[in-house]
Amino acid sequence: MDDTILEIKELRRDFIMGDQVVHALKGVSFTVSKGEFITIMGSSGSGKSTMLNILGCLDKPTNGDYLLDKVAVKTLSRNQLAELRNRKIGFVFQAYNLLPRTTALENVELPLLYNPTYNASQRRERAMHALEQVRLAERYDHTPNQLSGGQQQRVAIARALVNDPVMILADEATGNLDTRTSYEIMTLVQDLNQKEGKTIVFVTHEPDIASFSSRTVMLRDGRVQKDSVNENVRSAKESLDALPVTDDY
Amino acid sequence: MNILNIIRISFKAIQRNKLRSFLTMLGIIIGVAAVITMMSIGEASKQNIRSSLSSMGSNMISIMPYNNMAMPGGVRLSSSNVDILTMSDVNQIEKNVDLVNHISPGVQSSGQAIKGANNWPTTIQGVSPDYLTIRALTIKDGVNFSDQQVREFAKVCLVGKTVVDNLFPNGEDPIGQTIRFGNIPMQIIGVLTPKGQNTFGQDQDDIIIAPYTTVMKRILATTYLQSIYASAVSEEMSDSAVTQITTLLRQAHKIRAGQDDDFMVRTQAELINMMSSTSSMMTTLLTAVAGISLVIGGIGIMNIMYVSVTERTREIGLRMSIGAKGSDILFQFLIEAMLISVAGGLIGVILGLVSSYIVSSVLHWELVISQMSIIISFFVCAFTGVFFGYYPALKASRLDPIEALRYE
Ligand SMILES: Nc1ncnc2c1ncn2[C@@H]1O[C@H](COP(=O)(O)OP(=O)(O)OP(=O)(O)O)[C@@H](O)[C@H]1O
Ligand SMILES: [Mg+2]
Repeated sequence: MDDTILEIKELRRDFIMGDQVVHALKGVSFTVSKGEFITIMGSSGSGKSTMLNILGCLDKPTNGDYLLDKVAVKTLSRNQLAELRNRKIGFVFQAYNLLPRTTALENVELPLLYNPTYNASQRRERAMHALEQVRLAERYDHTPNQLSGGQQQRVAIARALVNDPVMILADEATGNLDTRTSYEIMTLVQDLNQKEGKTIVFVTHEPDIASFSSRTVMLRDGRVQKDSVNENVRSAKESLDALPVTDDY
Repeated sequence: MNILNIIRISFKAIQRNKLRSFLTMLGIIIGVAAVITMMSIGEASKQNIRSSLSSMGSNMISIMPYNNMAMPGGVRLSSSNVDILTMSDVNQIEKNVDLVNHISPGVQSSGQAIKGANNWPTTIQGVSPDYLTIRALTIKDGVNFSDQQVREFAKVCLVGKTVVDNLFPNGEDPIGQTIRFGNIPMQIIGVLTPKGQNTFGQDQDDIIIAPYTTVMKRILATTYLQSIYASAVSEEMSDSAVTQITTLLRQAHKIRAGQDDDFMVRTQAELINMMSSTSSMMTTLLTAVAGISLVIGGIGIMNIMYVSVTERTREIGLRMSIGAKGSDILFQFLIEAMLISVAGGLIGVILGLVSSYIVSSVLHWELVISQMSIIISFFVCAFTGVFFGYYPALKASRLDPIEALRYE
């Protein structure tokens, strides 16, 4: 049985800036199978975010095909794309993007408000469950400005999880965090991948983070430079435990 | 799409920006409150004029001398001093005009009323006994004077409450007492029921009423009348009565066709209409001004919504990235605008009612709230919310998710 979840073929994305054309993606192809944890690496400006936005159905390619769960995304309307983002994709941003002055629980509930199949108590229950998964249940009534960066990112992950998506896309989700907090987040991501079977596409700069994934796609100047399977996947949990315990100073 | 959820989202967004939402509402609150208060003041003043004029006798017809003919040398005489109306006019009207059931001549003089050490400047009104019926006046204590007393130039009078209060400050019973008006001694035989101030702020109780013969002969020494008061058999018949009187008086005064009357006849109804049309005009004017403030409130909503869409671009981008459709965003902002304007409208209605109440109790007016004003201003502001909220909301719904997320 074919368990390909996403497939991109010769993906191109041009940005037109006045009379100048920026070729952000110059023909990228690869496939991702269900349950894979892949990291996308590359230098700044190599087109990682551009590609992830297309994978997340937030942006459309100028050329090329994108099949998500065998559906050609090109053929979908704006509203169908919104529904797809709501049901199948969980997006985690580098800048967290939580609503200010809104509690963690309400932030996590947000995607469910755009999904009429859940009623108020189901929404609450699912959001609470997602918060438990990121181990923030007891902070459910805190607003973002009462949470640390790592905690805010965990709320954002809970928000990405709450609609039970098949795929989680993260764009430098650990970019703003220190090593310890990054490892905590990666432990969480590895758990989601291994225990819940979620497909994960994780954009990062750091080779360190990439070593937790099972496969790494290297982008360079809008093209795939290298697509390699990671033979020995590190356990984020163990790396976290191995970190020297630094006392607060 | 689930409209209930969108309403919930809008509610939370308003809650998150309480102060800003309130400031936005302020324009609407003031606009609606102003419209309601202005309309209430207008309506109340109209009703007040109406009721105070009709309390003076709604069937009343007054006849005044009116000399519009230029005198030699171009001098016009003021109407009260013209020697035109006589007792013969009164008698003819009484005999020939069947639409009139009460009639009274009228002469008046100002002067000092004196009792012992107390004195009070007031007006004496010389009339027939019918005058009380015509003016809807009643006697609280004592009796009216009689036709017999009119024939005898009797030195008797009826007095209003203000006169009593000033001449008898210690609360003695005025009935039977003799006071002087100028240097004529007069016996008080009755006290009028107090009527208070009329719409124009005149004290209707500051009056002495005496037989017209007494005033004409003993005080004014004249044979001419200053006015004639009559009452029509009914309010509807007033206009016909006026026509009859006019025809009769033109004959009596030998006025040729094409020549102007030397008198004028006014009905109370005419006066009421004149007064209330002035006040309607005021109401319209005030309401228009208030309406403008409502529109300005609406523009305030548009302004704030517009700023808010720009300011919340990232929020919009985020909502879209987690599955909000364009229509979800459109409705969210529309509903936000509507909730703000409807809430502002409700608060405005309450504030308008309170301020109408305060105005009416300060001015001692009857509280008149027109339901129309409430309904209209409420719907106007709900409409305002949709109208002025639509464009910014549409702008928000058309944002591109990626660009919105990148917005700084
Ligand atoms: N909206 C846009 N308009 C114009 N050019 C764009 C736009 N988005 C991206 N680009 C260009 O496309 C190229 C790839 O950008 P992208 O953001 O994908 O890089 P990245 O790999 O994510 O870099 P970083 O690691 O710094 O986040 C860059 O040259 C960038 O300037
Ligand atoms: Mg990037």
